[in-house]
Parts: sequence; structure tokens; C-alpha cells
Amino acid sequence: MSDLRRAVGVARKDLLIERRSKAAFNAMAFFAALVLFIFSFALGPEAPGLSPAGQTLLQYLWPGLLWVAIFFTGILALGRSFQLEMDSGGLQALRLYPGDLKAIYLGKLAANLVVLLAMELLLIPLSAVLYNVDLWTKLPGLLGVTVLGSIGFVAVGTFYAALTANLRAREVMLPLLLFPTQVPIVVGAVRATALIVHGDPMGELNVWLQMLALVDVVLLTVCTLTFEFAIEE
Amino acid sequence: MQQVGSLLVWIVLAFLVATWIALFARRLSPQKAGTLWGIVALPVLAFGLYLGLLWAPPDVLMGEVYRIMYVHFPSWIGTGAGYLTAFVCSLLYIRSRDLRFDSWASAGAEIGLVFNATGLITGSIWGRPTWGVWWTWDPRLTWTAIMAVTFAGYLVLRALMEDPEARARASSLVAIIGFATLPIVYFSVRWWRTLHQPQSSPETVDPQMVVALRTMMLAFLLIFGYLLTRRFALAQLRAEAELAALEPDELEMEAAGD
Repeated sequence: MSDLRRAVGVARKDLLIERRSKAAFNAMAFFAALVLFIFSFALGPEAPGLSPAGQTLLQYLWPGLLWVAIFFTGILALGRSFQLEMDSGGLQALRLYPGDLKAIYLGKLAANLVVLLAMELLLIPLSAVLYNVDLWTKLPGLLGVTVLGSIGFVAVGTFYAALTANLRAREVMLPLLLFPTQVPIVVGAVRATALIVHGDPMGELNVWLQMLALVDVVLLTVCTLTFEFAIEE
Repeated sequence: MQQVGSLLVWIVLAFLVATWIALFARRLSPQKAGTLWGIVALPVLAFGLYLGLLWAPPDVLMGEVYRIMYVHFPSWIGTGAGYLTAFVCSLLYIRSRDLRFDSWASAGAEIGLVFNATGLITGSIWGRPTWGVWWTWDPRLTWTAIMAVTFAGYLVLRALMEDPEARARASSLVAIIGFATLPIVYFSVRWWRTLHQPQSSPETVDPQMVVALRTMMLAFLLIFGYLLTRRFALAQLRAEAELAALEPDELEMEAAGD
């Protein structure tokens, strides 16, 4: 119980700093918008999609583009998540507090997840407006996929952010280490998003959601068990 | 030839098991075992290549093209052995904090990546005449490519870190997380799409091919063992050199004191 309270404490501290400075969120929001514009320039706003007829390429590809944007934007937040502690020696203080080190991991993870979800709350409607995707009736299912996908991303992301925090080349190392582990999340999240937006005639959605949940559990377990070694000094 | 080949496979297998027992009984040092494996690997490799490239019959459908299998499939044996070494030795390092395990793990990852590359390249060369493309997004291809990226990341991370203990700790965790996620990556890409032909089993191919393939697998396993021990020795030398570079003053002072 007290470990849970420690985790909440770490998360509240991080979120308070973020609420006051908005450093990560502002950078992410503008970067996400830019990514959406670049997709439009690269693929052409009116290029026709494959199916159904009348759809544009951007609408057809929207599930994949959305998750690429989420991943690239999320990397920005993750890369920053241990920087404050590294610069001020705060991680040493966090480590010295009594109790389980897993609490630090869970707290950091929760803070990263909240920031990422807030960004997605902006990114999803914005991309739907820009690419003219109709998803107002599909929001509940979309919310579920987004949360499940984000948990898996942030679980390994927070772990590797801690591991690479004091490296000179951390901006390169974090995506290099993180993205290979994210293949199951990309596959599951994009497929589930496409099923929600483009229709699900075979009723596959539940299987994909279950797979995402299972992957989340595996990633969370492995990272929670090994995190204490990642922030050793 | 069939009997000679089968007999040789059994003899080499017995030799491998014997050297492993001697290793665990500490009657044999890893370096000596590596040298032995290297010496035995050469004739086995020559014999296996003869069996595979000349003696075994051509494939019913693919003709001579299939013969690349005798290098392609054994490469995956080396890949698996290498990454498994990296994973197990990383776990052992985290438990024991003995830097020799870190050297073994890095050797395993590096040799595994070499075999991973030969496996991907030979597969690509085979795929061009057979499937008509160098690369397809088949699950097993995709999976092995992700494997290569995972352990390439491991090696890049090691190259960027200087402190031996911190490097060993961080890279061990990367190997553990990377290896542990490989099964779920495999299943996710399999659900993503599937095209690769199912593996042939010994029951469905010509017995001559089986003998040739088994000989090549053993030859590659021996080469893997040889390379692994050499790479480990190199890692040990580097660690000593790093230590010497870290404390030149102290060493000089010690020498002066004598």
C-alpha cells in the first residue's frame, strides 16, 4: 500500500512540474501537428485510397499514420522523463527513499502515460478533422485501443528512458532500443484502430484487443521486475 | 556415404557432448575447448559442403537453387545459440555481477548477429529465384530482421558506454528485455501476415539431404563455439586494456614502489 502511495507521489510530482512548465506537452503537441502536416504533403490530401470507393488515401491510411505520429511524438516525452532528475541529482534522492524501487517505475510510468494520453486526446480529433475521418460515433472503442497501445509503449519506454538517461547519445539510443520491442503494439493497435474506423465485418476486434492487453501485461511484468537494475548507480 | 555421414554426425555430436561435460567438470578451459572445436570444425565443414553441394540430389522443384539451404539453415542455429548465450549470460551477470559473464554475453550477441546476417543474406539470395523477390514481409523474415535490429541496438549501446560496470548492467538489461520480447514479436508478426513455406521435416525430404544438413548444422555449431571463445578472449583483453588505461598513474606508482 505504501509503495502505491510512493508511486502516486512520484507521478504527482512529475505531473505538477509538467503542468507548470508544460515543456514536454507543448513540444509534443506542435510536433504531432507537424507530423500530420508532413503526412498530408507526402501522400497528397486528395489521393484516392484503396477501399471503399470515394475514400482518400489519408483516410484509408489514418490508423497507421495515427500510430506512427503517436510513437514519434511519444519518444519526445519519454526522452525527457528522467532528464530533470539526471540534471539535479534527484534520482539519487529518489533511490535513497525507503521502499521498493518499483514504485519509482510505476510513478514515472503513470506520469508518462497521462502526458501521452493528453497528447493523444488532442492528436486524434485534430487528425480526424485534418484528414476528414468520421469517428465521432466510434470514440469509445478508439479510447480503449489508445489506452491499451499507450500502456505498452510507455511501459518499455519508461524503462529504456531510465536506462539511457545518462548516455551522451540518448536521443538516438532510446528509439533504437524501444522500437524493436514495440512491434506487437504497432501491429495490434493499428489493426484494432482500422477495424474500429473502417468496420469489423468478421468480428475480429476483440481478439486484437485481447492480444494488446496480453502484450501489455507481459511488457509491464518484465520491465517492473528488472527496473531496479536500470537505475542503479 | 549415407552410413559414413550418419556415423560422423553421431561421432561429432558425442564429441560436442564430451567437451561440454569436460567444460563443466573443469577439466577443460573454454579457450582449449574453442580451439578443439575450431580444429574439428574444418574437416566437418569440408565434408558437409561436399555432401550438401555435390553428393545430395537436387530438389524436385527448386533444382540446384535449394543447396543454399546448407548454409542458410545452419546460420539460424548459430543465431539462436548466440542470442541464447547473450540472454543467459546477461541474467547470470545481473545475478553475480561477474564481468566475465558480460564478456560472454557480448560475445554471444556479436557472433549471433554475424550468423543472423548470413542467414538473412543467404535467405534473400534464395528468395530472389524462388519467390521472385529479394525480400518479402513474411513473418519469419520480419521476425529475424527485428532480432538483428534488437541485438544491433545492444552492440551500439555497448559502443557508447565507457564505464565497464555500467555498460555491463545496461546492456544485460537490453539483452534480457530484447530476448524476452522476441516470442511475442514472433506471434504478433505471424498474425500480421503469413507466407513462408512451412519448414521441411526430416520425414518429407530425401535422407541424403538430412545427413548433409545435419553435418552442416554441427559444423556451424562448432564454428560458433570457436568464434565465441575467441570473441570472449578478445573481450577479456579489451577489459584488461581498459583497466590499464583507467589507472596508469596507480600502476606506475606501484611499479615505482617495487
